[in-house]
Amino acid sequence: MAKELWKGNEAVAEAAIKAGCRFFFGYPITPQNEIPEYMAMKMPQIDGCFLQAESEVAAINMVYGAAGAGARVMTSSSSPGISLKQEGITYIAGAELPCVIVNMVRGGPGLGGIQPAQSDYFQSCKGGGHGDYRLVVLAPASVQEAVDLTQEAFDIADQYRNPVLILGDGMIGQMMEPVEFTEVKKRKLPEKTWATVGTKGKRKTNVINSLFIDPADCERHNFHLFEKYAEIEKNEIKVEEYNLEGAEIVFAAYGTTARIVKNAINSLAKEGIKAGLIRPITLWPFPAKAFEKAAEQAGVKAFMSVEMSMGQMVEDVKLSVNGKKPVYFYGRTGGMFPTPKAIAEEAKKILGGAK
Amino acid sequence: MAVVFEKTRGLAEKPFHYCPGCTHGIIHRLVAESLDELNLIDDAIGVAPVGCAVFAYDYFNCDMQEAAHGRAPAAATGIKRVNPNAAVFTYQGDGDLASIGAAEVVHAAMRGEKITTIFVNNAIYGMTGGQMAPTTLVGQKATTAPYGRDENHAGMPLRVSEMLATIPKAAFVERVSVHDVKHIIQAKKAIKKAFQLQMEGKGFTLVEVLSTCPTNWGKTPIEALKWLQENMIPYYPLGNFKNIEEVK
Repeated sequence: MAKELWKGNEAVAEAAIKAGCRFFFGYPITPQNEIPEYMAMKMPQIDGCFLQAESEVAAINMVYGAAGAGARVMTSSSSPGISLKQEGITYIAGAELPCVIVNMVRGGPGLGGIQPAQSDYFQSCKGGGHGDYRLVVLAPASVQEAVDLTQEAFDIADQYRNPVLILGDGMIGQMMEPVEFTEVKKRKLPEKTWATVGTKGKRKTNVINSLFIDPADCERHNFHLFEKYAEIEKNEIKVEEYNLEGAEIVFAAYGTTARIVKNAINSLAKEGIKAGLIRPITLWPFPAKAFEKAAEQAGVKAFMSVEMSMGQMVEDVKLSVNGKKPVYFYGRTGGMFPTPKAIAEEAKKILGGAK
Repeated sequence: MAVVFEKTRGLAEKPFHYCPGCTHGIIHRLVAESLDELNLIDDAIGVAPVGCAVFAYDYFNCDMQEAAHGRAPAAATGIKRVNPNAAVFTYQGDGDLASIGAAEVVHAAMRGEKITTIFVNNAIYGMTGGQMAPTTLVGQKATTAPYGRDENHAGMPLRVSEMLATIPKAAFVERVSVHDVKHIIQAKKAIKKAFQLQMEGKGFTLVEVLSTCPTNWGKTPIEALKWLQENMIPYYPLGNFKNIEEVK
C-alpha cells in the first residue's frame, strides 16, 4: 500500500478498526474529537458499534462491560476526560480486562488548555486511579508510529488481559503525516474463555470482578497482577536509542518532544558537541536498562530529560541512572513547546558546568 | 408426593449473606425464577452493584459482572451491545442507582438500552451502615441524618420510577413491593414482563422494588414490613408508570 496523508487522530481510529476493534465508547473533548467522529462514521459501515456516552465515566464503564464480554474495545479522550476515566481504569486493571485507551494529552492542571502537553506522565505510569496496578503505556512520536502502536496495543491487551494506554498529545492527534498501514506481526493470543457471553448451559458461570473481601485473597490477587507485570517488563519494553555512541550528553525524551530533541542534537553536532537520545516508546514498562547502560559509558557526562511538563519522566530517568551521572531537566508546559535552540543552549550550559 | 416448591436453578448454591428479615433474598429469587421460567438463564448476563447486593455475582446462576458504584447501566450497555441476544440485567440499590448512578440510569433509559434494571429501594444505605439515601423519607432517621431527613436541608426523596417513566425510550417502568405474598406475586409478574419486553427489543425496562432494611431501620423484620407498608407506599405509590404495549 502506498503512503497516504492522515491526520493523527483519524489514523489512530482507522488503525484500531484494522486491529479488529468493533466497539468504541467516547465523549467529546478537544484535541481528540476526530477519533470518536471517525468511529461514528465508520463503525455502522462494518457492523461495529460507536456510542457517544453521557460522560467519560460512563464511556469507560461501557468499555468495562464490553471488554468483560470479550470484545475488542477502545475509548479515547484528553487529559481532563482521562482523569474522569480513572475510576473505570482501575476497575478494568483490577478485573484484568483487555482494552485500549487513548489520551491525546493537553495542558493541565484543571481545565488547563487545549494545546499539546506531556503532563499526564505521572497519571499514566504511576497509577492514576487507586490501588497497585499498571497500564502498558505506549508513546508514539509520529503518526506512523501511532498507527503501528495502536494496532499492537490490542494484541498486548489481549495477551496479558491488561488495559493499554496510547499516550499521545495534541500534536500527534492533530498533525497530518504520511502513513502506511501494515499488518502487525500476529501474536499467539489466549482464548477469552473468561468472557461473560452467557453460559449457554455448557459451563460454569463466568464472573468479571475486582472485589476480594478477604484481605488474604486481595493480596494474592495483587501478587498475581505483579507476576503478570513482571512478565510484561520482561517482554514488552520498546526504546529507541539515537546517536549514543560517543555522546557527551544523553537526552531523555518521548513522543513529540523526542523529535524536537533530535533537531537539537543535530544543531549541537554542528558545533562539535556530541549528544544522544534515549526515547522510551513504552513509558511503562520503562526502559531502565537503556539508561543504566548509557550511564556506564565513560564519555557520558550528564543526562537531560526534556519534557512538555514541569518534570515527570525525569524521576524515572534518575531512578535508572541511579546517581552514576548527574540528571538535569528542561521543560515547557501548559501547551508550550521547548525549541531546539533552547534545548541546545541548556545542554551547553550543563556541559560547561560539567567540565 | 407432589413437589410444591423447588429452589430455582436460576440461583447458585451459595447461601445469601443478607441480614435476617431483609427482602433482598426474595427479590433475588423472583429475578432468578423469572429468568429460568422464561428460559433465559443460560443466556443471561447480570451486573451487580456496589452496596448490599455487591455479592449478587455469587448468587445468580448466570454470567455476571461486578460494576463500579452506580455504573451498572453503563457496564450493561457495553455488555448488551456486544451480546444483543443476551438477557442483560442490572441489580441496583437506591444509593447506587438514584444517587451516584443517576446519570447512568437516566441515559441508559434515554438510549432505550435493551436491558432490565431491578431497582431495590429500601430508603437507606445498608452496606455502609445506615446512611441517608436519596430515597430516605422526610423525617426518617439515618446515621448521616441523625435528626431525621430535613427537606429544607437535604431535599425531598427522589421518585425514580415517576422520573424515568417520562423518558420516551423507557418501555416499562413499574413499582412493586415485597412486603406480603400478594405483592410478591405481583412483583414477579412485573419482573417477568420487564424481561419479556427486553427480549422483544422494546427498550429500557425497570422494576422498582420497595424493600426493607430491618438492621439499619432499627426494627424487627415484622415491624419493618409494616413500616414499609405504612410509610414508604404512601410516598412511593405502587403501580405501573409506563408500559410501551399500552402507549398509543
